Amino acid sequence: MSGKYKTPMLDELEKGPFPSFITEMKKATKISTTAEDALGQLEKSYQTKRGYWKHGGIVGVLGYGGGVIGRYSSLPDEFPGVAHYHTVRINQPSGFFYTSAALREICDIWDKYGSGMTNMHGSTGDLVLLGTTTDKLEAIFAEYSSRGWDLGSSGSAMRTPSCCVGPGRCEWACIDTLGLTYHLTQHFQDEMHRPAYPYKFKIKTAGCAVDCVAAIARADLSIIGTWKDDIQVDQAEVKAYADMGMNIQAEIAEMCPTECLKYDGGKITIDNKECTRCMHCIAKMTKALRPGKERGATILVGSKAPIVVGSLLSWVIVPFIKAEEPFEEVTELIENIIEWWDDNAKPRERIGELLEVKGMRPFLEAINVPPQPQQVREPRKDPFFFWTAADLEKK
Amino acid sequence: MALPQRQTDIGPPKFDKFLPPVIKENYGQWKYHEELSGGTMVHVAESGAKIWTVRCASPRLLSTETIREISDLADEFCGGYLRFTTRHNVEFLVSDESRLQPLVDKLTTMKYMIGGIGDRVSNIVHTQGWVHCHSACTDASGLVKAIMDDLADYFTHKVLPNKVRLAVACCVNMCGAVHCSDIAVVAVHRKVPKIDHANVTKMCEIPTTVGSCPTSAIRPNPKDKTITINEEKCMYCGNCFTVCPPIDIHDPEEDGVAIVVGGKVGSLRTDPKFSKLAIPFFYNEPPRWPKVVDAIRNILETYEKHAKKHERVGEWVERIGWERFFSLTGIEFTFQHIDDFTFMRDTMRTSAAFKY
Repeated sequence: MSGKYKTPMLDELEKGPFPSFITEMKKATKISTTAEDALGQLEKSYQTKRGYWKHGGIVGVLGYGGGVIGRYSSLPDEFPGVAHYHTVRINQPSGFFYTSAALREICDIWDKYGSGMTNMHGSTGDLVLLGTTTDKLEAIFAEYSSRGWDLGSSGSAMRTPSCCVGPGRCEWACIDTLGLTYHLTQHFQDEMHRPAYPYKFKIKTAGCAVDCVAAIARADLSIIGTWKDDIQVDQAEVKAYADMGMNIQAEIAEMCPTECLKYDGGKITIDNKECTRCMHCIAKMTKALRPGKERGATILVGSKAPIVVGSLLSWVIVPFIKAEEPFEEVTELIENIIEWWDDNAKPRERIGELLEVKGMRPFLEAINVPPQPQQVREPRKDPFFFWTAADLEKK
Repeated sequence: MALPQRQTDIGPPKFDKFLPPVIKENYGQWKYHEELSGGTMVHVAESGAKIWTVRCASPRLLSTETIREISDLADEFCGGYLRFTTRHNVEFLVSDESRLQPLVDKLTTMKYMIGGIGDRVSNIVHTQGWVHCHSACTDASGLVKAIMDDLADYFTHKVLPNKVRLAVACCVNMCGAVHCSDIAVVAVHRKVPKIDHANVTKMCEIPTTVGSCPTSAIRPNPKDKTITINEEKCMYCGNCFTVCPPIDIHDPEEDGVAIVVGGKVGSLRTDPKFSKLAIPFFYNEPPRWPKVVDAIRNILETYEKHAKKHERVGEWVERIGWERFFSLTGIEFTFQHIDDFTFMRDTMRTSAAFKY
């Protein structure tokens, strides 16, 4: 058990009801003595209020340009166990489903070569193994890949795609998020493992507009399930909700943003052509209301965190596209989108930032998508706009 | 010892290997779900088949010992099947109803924190922090632990007007979804970085470093093969540090965290929203950041008291107005709240109608 360093500040974080990451790090010291130094260095960070990790350093496995992130202590003499303490990203199964046998297999290999510490999971979605040395990387890769596990992605590459639980366990899933994510991950293996893009490119897939995977905020390409026809209504279940005490008028009808849902005290009627498919009524009355049957996806592009010129939410590019196995149409669209970005972006320029520089028109023309009112919240306000020679030809 | 034969570009195992039989049989055929408690729910398929879920908090940083413990529990109660959520929770997938209560009882005995379902606080999406990141200017895991200890009741059972999604990012790179969360913490720098010119000359590519600056504060100094920073233009984002480590943005005494509120990612009722600045700065106060914890509780309790049923934090604030948000929470409004960077034209008030 831990004991090499005194950790009075970290010990404070073992108190209280929420599970403690310090307890986890102490457990890892039974697996690897390097975890002792990780604790020691972290205590020093708590005492001095700064981090002691250096970034950079090209490390990896033969034939791959990503999946391992070099990490070095800036205090290697004081904490030699973490002098080299790299991160290995393992590509998670779609929807983060596991069996106990699979998890034990992951642990057995990691206990042999690493710190005994993991992240379940990293922000992009990978299963993250925290803390190993350069000389162990090939062995780690051979052990995992021979058992069917591959590395995830890092650097200027297609990042590991991820998705919500989807049709695995959710009645609102309008597309097969798990199947599509598996398909895209396999399709882009080369682009994931050999970084050759201007910068990172993330894909996230959500089954509906509730967006449990934050696709619209955290992915260069956001795929969100939707439908086109009428919401399915079960009036008997509507009555059951009313009988249970739900105030359907106040909680559902009056909170419908388009006022397309009416309740007459007995039945719900929906003016479906005015519905924006926001999911409020369906999410609150899951037994009574369900998405329609003509299902597909909305494709949005551009979201990212603030670095460098401010955070972005994704913009609607294709309002509706079919996304069913073998996913050919959506895959081709994604390839076209990435090709335009790859051809035009400067180094470290995300697709959202590039679109702000180049404008939407050249992008939409390059990917052969027509302008549609569903793409904008409102049209432009000032009378400054371009005309092409082709536009002027149309008398 | 000989290593097994490596394989490349195989991708992850296909997910269907890990689905319990009831999910395989009812894939895409789920009809509805019901919340049974703060941390348990049942999904019912068209066929009438059911699967029960028990959701538990996790600190995200897990030892292999704990993963083995979770695996043993999955074997004992779930036929070995479990999953993780996008918010780092563990979900035990129970196919046999008679195993549900025994699992809940055992988890409770083992002090697992069951909850996070429905109109509650779920686990905090967060980043690596001082535990393992080079650019961190706070510790994400420590903040999460301190905040979630304080809000434990809102995770396990207390009901809020709608779900509340929290996030912590240990620098403005925001590897967590801070920019679209109901209440979130983001660590910020406040001083112009210090330049180690000798190492800039040795280690950094000057054009890349100049190009990394969003406000064009960095200029090349070709004579000395280094760079200069225009202090008036620097916004302390730290992007230059990422491409050129000898430009050190860290300052332990002046780094700290800001709190932002009102963001969301779902399209329900209103469009997805960015989080907006509520409190520009707290000093780092490890190990438990008490002022940050109190500030988040204050915002959450004010929302709980004043929001209408089904309103998210951002929807509530938009209904009452930001001036009312500041008066109800007692949070001071400062120069830092006014966006005079990129979005002034979109965020200044252009109306004579407002509240006091």
